[in-house]
Amino acid sequence: MLSGAAGEALQMAMHLIVALARVNGARRLRPVSAAHIDGCLYHGPVGLDFAERLVAAGGRVAVPTTLNVSALDLLHPELIQLDAATRDRARQLMDAYVAMGCDPTWTCAPYQLPDRPRLGQHVAWAESNAIVFANSVLGARTGRYGDFIDICAALTGRVPDAGLHRTENRRARIVLRLDDGLAGSELADELYGVVGHVVGQESGGLVPAIVGLPGDTSEDQLKALSAAAASAGAVAMFHAVGVTPEAETLEQALGGRPPKREMTISRERLARAWGELSTTDGAGRLAAVSVGTPHLSMAELSRLDSLLDGKRVHQRIEMYASTGRRTLETPNGQALQDRLGRAGVKLVVDTCTYVTPVMRAPQGSTVMTDSAKWAWYAPGNLGVEVVYGSVTDCVRSAVAGRIIRERPAVLDG
Amino acid sequence: MAERAIDAATVPAAWSAQSRVLLAGDASGAALVLDEPLSFWGGVEPTTGQIIDHRHPQHGLNVTGRVLVMSAGRGSSSSSTVLAECLRAGTGPAAIVLLEADEILVVGGLVAQLLDGTAMPIVLLESSAHARISMGSVVAISSEGRVDVRKSQNRV
Repeated sequence: MLSGAAGEALQMAMHLIVALARVNGARRLRPVSAAHIDGCLYHGPVGLDFAERLVAAGGRVAVPTTLNVSALDLLHPELIQLDAATRDRARQLMDAYVAMGCDPTWTCAPYQLPDRPRLGQHVAWAESNAIVFANSVLGARTGRYGDFIDICAALTGRVPDAGLHRTENRRARIVLRLDDGLAGSELADELYGVVGHVVGQESGGLVPAIVGLPGDTSEDQLKALSAAAASAGAVAMFHAVGVTPEAETLEQALGGRPPKREMTISRERLARAWGELSTTDGAGRLAAVSVGTPHLSMAELSRLDSLLDGKRVHQRIEMYASTGRRTLETPNGQALQDRLGRAGVKLVVDTCTYVTPVMRAPQGSTVMTDSAKWAWYAPGNLGVEVVYGSVTDCVRSAVAGRIIRERPAVLDG
Repeated sequence: MAERAIDAATVPAAWSAQSRVLLAGDASGAALVLDEPLSFWGGVEPTTGQIIDHRHPQHGLNVTGRVLVMSAGRGSSSSSTVLAECLRAGTGPAAIVLLEADEILVVGGLVAQLLDGTAMPIVLLESSAHARISMGSVVAISSEGRVDVRKSQNRV
C-alpha cells in the first residue's frame, strides 16, 4: 500500500498509519474489523481538503465504518444557525465520508447501534466517550484514535499493534475504591457522571479499576461514566470490578500484578466533583436544558417521556434532547419523537448541542444538563453558565421554567 | 520560570543537541517555552495563533513562527485538526520540541505536510537538553534532528 501500487488514497492512508506506528513504537501493524470516524465534524478547510483528496484518489473503506456527529442536523436543518458557506462546507465534508463507503449513522454512541463490536474484537474507533465504552464495557480493543487517523485505519483496515490492542496494556495500574458508605449501594444516576469525573482526574494516563459499583450498573450509567472520564482526563479504558467483562475480580483486572497506586473515593471527593460540574449555583435565570450527551438510548428517551408525564416544557425554556437518527427511525422511536415534540422538547440528531450552534440561549445565560461531558465543555465552547443535575431535575426545571435541583443525599452521608 | 532563568545563565551562549525526529523538517525561530502542556483544540485560535486557554500559564502569548517547547501535548484528538488548520493559515509554530512523543500533534503536522508541503519539525529532546532551552533563545532544527540553540541578542 505504501508504494502506491494500491492507489494514491491507500498510499496516503498507509503513510499516516506507519508514521503513527513509528511514534508509538509499534513493531507491526494489525488488522481491525470495524471503524468509527470522528473526522466528519467540520472544523475548517484542512479537514475538508483531506477528505476530498481521499475521495478523489478513489478511497473506499475496507471495513464496516460508522460516522460520528457532524456539524448539521439533516433531519431538523432549521435548528442549525450556521452561515450558508460554513453549512455548505460542513455538508461537503459529510458527503465525502459517505462517498468513501461509511455508514451515515452520525452518532457519538455507535455502541447503541445493532452491530456493535464484541469482546476481544479489534476496531479503530475515534470519539473519546465511544473509545472508553468500547474498551471498557464491550471489551473490544481500540486505541485512542482521532481525526485523520480514523479514516486511514478504515481505508487500510490496519492500525499499529500498540496500546490497548495489546493485552499487557489493558490491565489496571491504579485502583479507585468507592468509600465503604458508597460501595455497592444504589447510586443516583447523576452520580455516575460525577464518579467518571473523579476517575478522569485521578487516573492520569493509567487504566483504573473501580471497586464498589453495583453489580447491576446499567449500560446507560456506564455510558455517563465513560464520557465524563474521557473529558476530565485522558482515560481510554477502565475496569469496574464485578461489572465490566475483563474484571470479574480485582485480580483479573490487575492481571495478577500489584497496582502502582490505590486510593479511596470519599464522599467529600465526590461532593467536590459534583460541585465542579456546575459553574453557577443556579440562582441565575434558566434559558435552556440540554440532555443527550452522549446520544440518548431508547431507554433514556422513554424515561424522558415518562418523566414529562404529559406536562409541557415552560414557554420561556428551550429543551433539547440529542439522540441518534437510527434510534428515532424505529417504530418505538417514532412514537416517542411525536410525544416528546408535543411536550415541547426539541429533538436533535446527527450532531450535538455543544459542537455546533443549535441553542438560542445567549452568552452568559444558564443552561441545565444531566451530562458531565456537556457540563465540562459547554462553558468554554458556548460561553454559557451551566448547572449539572439529574435528568429528573432537568425535566422538573424545564417544566417549571426555573432551576429545581436536589443535592444527592449520599454526598452528605 | 525562575529556575529556568538560573539554568539559562549557566549554560554556554551557544550549544547543540541531537534529538529524536518524530516529523522531519528544517526550521528556526525564537523559543516559546510553555510551563504546561497545551491542547491545540480549545487552546489555540487558528486564525491568530494566540493561546486562548484561560487555564494555561502562557495564555495570551502567540505560537506563530515560534519554536514551541513543551513537555507534552494534551487533550482532545481534534488537536490534530487545529494544528493542521494553523499551519494552513500560517499561524502555526515553526517547530515543536517535546519531552514525550505525542501522536496527535504528529498526525496534524503530517497532514499539513501531505496536503500543503509544510514541513514543521516535531522532535524529542532528553530532559536535561529540553530544560536548557530558555524563553526567547534562537533554536534551529535540521531535518536530521540536530538542534542548535543560541541566546538571543534581543529580548523577546
